[in-house]
Amino acid sequence: MKFLASFGERLRSGLSRSREFLATELASVLVPDRPIDDALYAELEDLLVAADLGAAVAADFVNRAREEVMFGTVTRADQLRPLFRRFLTEYLTPAAQSLELVHRPTVILMLGVNGSGKTTTSAKIAAAFKAEGRTVLLAAADTFRAAAIEQLETWGRRIDVEVIRQAAGSDPAAVVFDALKAALARAVDVLIIDTAGRLHTKTNLMTELAKLKRVIERQLPGAPHESLIVLDAPTGQNGFAQALQFHEAVGLTGVVLTKLDGTAKGGIVLRIVRELKLPIKAIGVGERVDDLQPFEPERFVDALVPRA
Amino acid sequence: MFDSLSTRLQGVFDRLGSRGRLTEDNIQEALREVRVALLEADVNFKVVRGFIDRVKDRAVGQDVLRSLTPAQQVVKVVHAELIELLGGSGHRLAAAPHPPTVVMLIGLQGSGKTTSAAKLARWFARQGQHPILAAADVYRPAAIEQLRTLGKQVDVPVVGDASQRPVDICRQAREEAAARGLTPLILDTAGRLHIDEAMLDELRAIRAEVKPHHVLLVVDAMTGQDAVTVAEKFNAAVGIDAIVLTKMDGDARGGAALSVRQVTGRPIAFVGVGEKTDALEPFHPERVASRILGMGDVLSLVEKAQATVDQKQAEEMVRKLREDSFTLEDFRQQLRQVQQMGPLDQILGMLPFGNKLKPGMGDLDAEQSDLGRFDAIISSMTPQERNHPEVVNGSRRQRIARGSGTTVQDVNRLLKQYAQLRRMMKQLKGMEGRLPRLKLPGFPNLRG
Repeated sequence: MKFLASFGERLRSGLSRSREFLATELASVLVPDRPIDDALYAELEDLLVAADLGAAVAADFVNRAREEVMFGTVTRADQLRPLFRRFLTEYLTPAAQSLELVHRPTVILMLGVNGSGKTTTSAKIAAAFKAEGRTVLLAAADTFRAAAIEQLETWGRRIDVEVIRQAAGSDPAAVVFDALKAALARAVDVLIIDTAGRLHTKTNLMTELAKLKRVIERQLPGAPHESLIVLDAPTGQNGFAQALQFHEAVGLTGVVLTKLDGTAKGGIVLRIVRELKLPIKAIGVGERVDDLQPFEPERFVDALVPRA
Repeated sequence: MFDSLSTRLQGVFDRLGSRGRLTEDNIQEALREVRVALLEADVNFKVVRGFIDRVKDRAVGQDVLRSLTPAQQVVKVVHAELIELLGGSGHRLAAAPHPPTVVMLIGLQGSGKTTSAAKLARWFARQGQHPILAAADVYRPAAIEQLRTLGKQVDVPVVGDASQRPVDICRQAREEAAARGLTPLILDTAGRLHIDEAMLDELRAIRAEVKPHHVLLVVDAMTGQDAVTVAEKFNAAVGIDAIVLTKMDGDARGGAALSVRQVTGRPIAFVGVGEKTDALEPFHPERVASRILGMGDVLSLVEKAQATVDQKQAEEMVRKLREDSFTLEDFRQQLRQVQQMGPLDQILGMLPFGNKLKPGMGDLDAEQSDLGRFDAIISSMTPQERNHPEVVNGSRRQRIARGSGTTVQDVNRLLKQYAQLRRMMKQLKGMEGRLPRLKLPGFPNLRG
């Protein structure tokens, strides 16, 4: 999504609030002349956990640090900071991908647990493509939650994008069927399908998703081209279980990380990227419709671990 | 996904072999496992740090080292300490001396305020009160429609209009509640970031204007380390009296509960356990403590069993089992009781290590549909066949399968399971003299 580059300014302001996050703590741990001992490793590990990276990733990094210290490549505590930044960047760089419209129509399926921000993100993506001059269609396949359809319709009016809908409580597969028919008949560029939030542990609801996917595939072989899990930054270790279960149910193509304008950094994506090899396709940094950004590893690392 | 703390600790203590003597180092190692378990459950690292110190003092004083099952001993200490930190059970929202009692919900976007508001309204209505809801989220598209729809579902009036100012909505709601004699009044406010000063000002303005008796912070159980920051900021900016923990029906360990409780000192009043409006429960610290440690939620299971199993029926069942007159009709009643307890995967999830037992979602679903199928099969039998299953021969099996829309294999499987159950009960009967009194939830004890 090249159109997003111009919004770099907003990203900076969104992320700047979180800048102070590890800055002070890290500075107090990584004092240049402090001896590198077990106490330091323990404090460092705590800090990494505080960023929701998880105990496993934190332990991994500390082991790597121990190695480097043993080999003599790191001799002072403050050298651990660039080492950690490199460690993060190595994982995240291949994970930075953008949403590309290779197919026509490109079908994007939005997935996630309740309250992660699927509807808002659907609208933001729609608005972004529309601003690029593409023709966009939204499908309100969350027929379960009270007023979810109205929420998407309100967004649709605001950004001037048509929303395909049925009555509340109707079969989401039927909505998707209609939406695909409309998308094909009008030859739009993008169809974005907003699904109902569901906890990844609800087997029947996950099966329903698999069915939705089959309905899409049958009508348009090769679709959905993108199946994105929407994950909010405050999510802790459970985020990994979410990504895993959704991935197993429908086969994800990427992650959208939302609510990065708060104090949470979304550290859990590191584990998702590392273990599930899923790319991060966009991030949300605010409530406005244009608060959607491409994922830039360097900035993300800056927010987690400031340079100094 | 995660190993339970007891399994981990077992590993630590197993490695010590039979040398018997534990040292300070061993305890350190055990506590490191405790630490990792808590961190994986999303308990804030600062909270964990203080916690470990307390556990250490307590564990050392308790002769953990000399106990026969040191791993269990440590888990016990940790568990007890967690319960204490999570606070007393069942915080009640006291009624105000001059109604309406005003309950205000605040929290981050997507934490579940609107759904919780409707659940609370239903909960109060069930207690014989006459609640009223105020929709003060004028920002999120269709938030007010959402509350109106939910209000209709729970049959509670909803006031508020997107064209009004949130403060006005709340004030008018309070006036209306007083005039119509409705209480409590539940205010659903807009979701906002805890660093959004303009929005926090609005919350403060509502608080000053309407003077709620209970300000509840709604926290998503899946929240990670940031839960501490969120709770601190909301508490400092608006002030909170209690906490509602939502989305506990997933597999999140819910360590955020401990973090939030610790930094605010406020009790957790309610727990949200599903999308439907009746899925709200009072908070039980021992359950959440067990869950944080991956010990399962046996208490909830016991309660569920007690709620669904009819005591009289159960006694009758045991008598029949003992007299060997347990028929297929009785078997069907048992199956139905199991089904009433809820989806199998939920029941399993409540058991210690139950999540590990889950043989993969597909298998469980097969079990679940077996329950339904068996019910259908028994329904297709004649009374004689139900009472004397031994008469069910090949051609009867074919008829039953056709009648119930199943296969002969299904019928065979049912009969086999029924026979197994009877055999098991016979064996149990043989052992009765030697067995200690078996106390099963909802079932009278087997020795009678």
